Amino acid sequence: MAQGLPRISANVVVPKPSLQKVFDNLRSSGFSLIGPTVREGAVVLDEIAGVEDLPLGWTAEQEPAHYRLKQTQHQGYFDYGVAPQSWKRFLHLPQVKLFSVEKTDGKWVMKADEETIPLRAFIGVRACELAAIGIQDRVFLSGEFRDPHYARRRERIFILAANCGRAFSTCFCSSMKTGPKATGGFDLAVTELPDAFVMEVGSEMGSEMLRETSWEPATAFDLGRAAQTVQNAERGIERELRTDDLPKLLYDNLEHSRWDDVAARCLSCGNCTQVCPTCFCVTVEDTCDLKATVADRTRVWDSCFVREFSHVHGGNIRPTIRSRYRQWLTHKLASWIDQFGTSGCVGCGRCITWCPVGIDLTEEVKAIREKVQR
Amino acid sequence: MSLAPAPAQLRMMPDPMLPHPAVIEEIQPEAYGIATFSLVFTDPAQASTYRFQAGQFNMIYLPGFGEVAISISSNPGTPKIVGHTIRYAGSVTRALGRLKVGDMLGVRGPYGSAWPLGKALGKSLVIVAGGIGLAPLRPALLWILRHREDYGRVVLLCGARTPADLLYSSEFERWQAGGVEVHTTVDLADENWRGQVGVVPALFYRIRVDPKQTLVMTCGPEIMMRFVIYEALARRIPKESVFLSMERNMKCAIGFCGHCQFGPTFICKDGPVLNFAAIEPFFGKEDF
Repeated sequence: MAQGLPRISANVVVPKPSLQKVFDNLRSSGFSLIGPTVREGAVVLDEIAGVEDLPLGWTAEQEPAHYRLKQTQHQGYFDYGVAPQSWKRFLHLPQVKLFSVEKTDGKWVMKADEETIPLRAFIGVRACELAAIGIQDRVFLSGEFRDPHYARRRERIFILAANCGRAFSTCFCSSMKTGPKATGGFDLAVTELPDAFVMEVGSEMGSEMLRETSWEPATAFDLGRAAQTVQNAERGIERELRTDDLPKLLYDNLEHSRWDDVAARCLSCGNCTQVCPTCFCVTVEDTCDLKATVADRTRVWDSCFVREFSHVHGGNIRPTIRSRYRQWLTHKLASWIDQFGTSGCVGCGRCITWCPVGIDLTEEVKAIREKVQR
Repeated sequence: MSLAPAPAQLRMMPDPMLPHPAVIEEIQPEAYGIATFSLVFTDPAQASTYRFQAGQFNMIYLPGFGEVAISISSNPGTPKIVGHTIRYAGSVTRALGRLKVGDMLGVRGPYGSAWPLGKALGKSLVIVAGGIGLAPLRPALLWILRHREDYGRVVLLCGARTPADLLYSSEFERWQAGGVEVHTTVDLADENWRGQVGVVPALFYRIRVDPKQTLVMTCGPEIMMRFVIYEALARRIPKESVFLSMERNMKCAIGFCGHCQFGPTFICKDGPVLNFAAIEPFFGKEDF
């Protein structure tokens, strides 16, 4: 360690083979690595052993309702776009046991779930996804109540962010001002160059993970190339979502005919809510053994597109697809701002790519704006 | 690690989704398929520190069946015994209906906003209830009866489908004696009914109000509340003086499940008691 360690906010150049050393450092500090890896025709997020599991040379074509993995000529580890899964699944779990109740001698004993949470390093978190984590922080940690299940996981992660070097056709982070460059909230942020990584140090922990990686201070030339990489991504963004007239535009047009139009296309499948990195709605499932002496409560992801979501005695509040799509879009882009002081959309484009019929929320908003009806 | 790490005390924080065991002290049948369950927490510390305000609700949990949001219908001045008037309508409430005195269930709360009894000090009140909508208003009535001199004229307009469905009707005389004018109506009369027949908002025609000095508090079916608001506004009562308690599907009661959203409002934490002026743009929108 003759070399010492870089300061926080320093930019350093790390040779490509040293990425494995960063991973080794994380593992020897107790972190398991969660990162992108190719499986079943997509980039998924799962436990990875090392750099060999990263999607080296892979990218993806993304269009509305279209996702295909593609080999590139470039040998980039971080050339893929955002994957169908988001980091939400490791912080706000698709399924989490809340507690169990045991009946003994006519008395009940309630047991909170005390699962030990592993230390996890998130590898390759995009700027839009960092923004999404920030939004879920507001939902689960900033109010009068705090979600302990989210909090316990949230405080045990290391974030290695990856700045984008290219944009995909469904991306619109620049509209939502969340990317393509990570500006905070990470421990390390990499920009991948053909021959090396430029890494920005975001925390002391991030700096420590650079030990024995033969890092060197980034030169102006390196920084210029890194900036160029991010600019390439920014220039490649094709989609746009105007936000200056939100939330008012949607609130003023709750009876717009476009809602009928989109309802005729929407299958109400809920894919958009499952792939969305900020959608947080859940329901609770109750199970018990046959003797009714042990009962569990489990929280699972839900979707406002599920018909029973709004069920009250006497019927559903939102029985039509029109009302459910309107709820989703107005929540995401309008009421979210009133509730949490931020839009619920980060511009990652997942809901566009993974919508089976290719509904594009940027188009829907545009259509409402172009033909304002009162 | 980065991004504003959650403070360490979060790990010690009790899970807000964890219910407290409570025992059923009394079950008072109120009408067909409706009964009031009086509950006492089994943990003495919980029983002695528990407080609630009129209009708030609890989540009532039955292991293996689930949880339901139920308004507190008892006196906020005696919070050791917490009353919930429950209609056996869904799978959880029907299972609750099979319980006996001495049985246990889980309770967490209280949640949500309260009736504006502080804002109403020195003012007159028109309290309008339809069916089981009287349940969350009863704590307000009991509070007012106890602090009667703090309020002006107090009128209760309430209705139900049939005379047998009128909740707490055995208490009406006591409420009248305590200085609350009670006007009732039913949709369907029986041979003994001598009172008004018709919808609840029509009871407004039996009273006069001073719009500047009157607050309206209402709970009942949304269609009823729409016309209650219509009658109130027609009498020049400002929107800001009209309060209603709303119902939506709820799974968590703490703003995490998303089910109870009504535009920007979470009914669970911003409501259930809401000022009409704040929700007017969304109120009555079809399928909203």
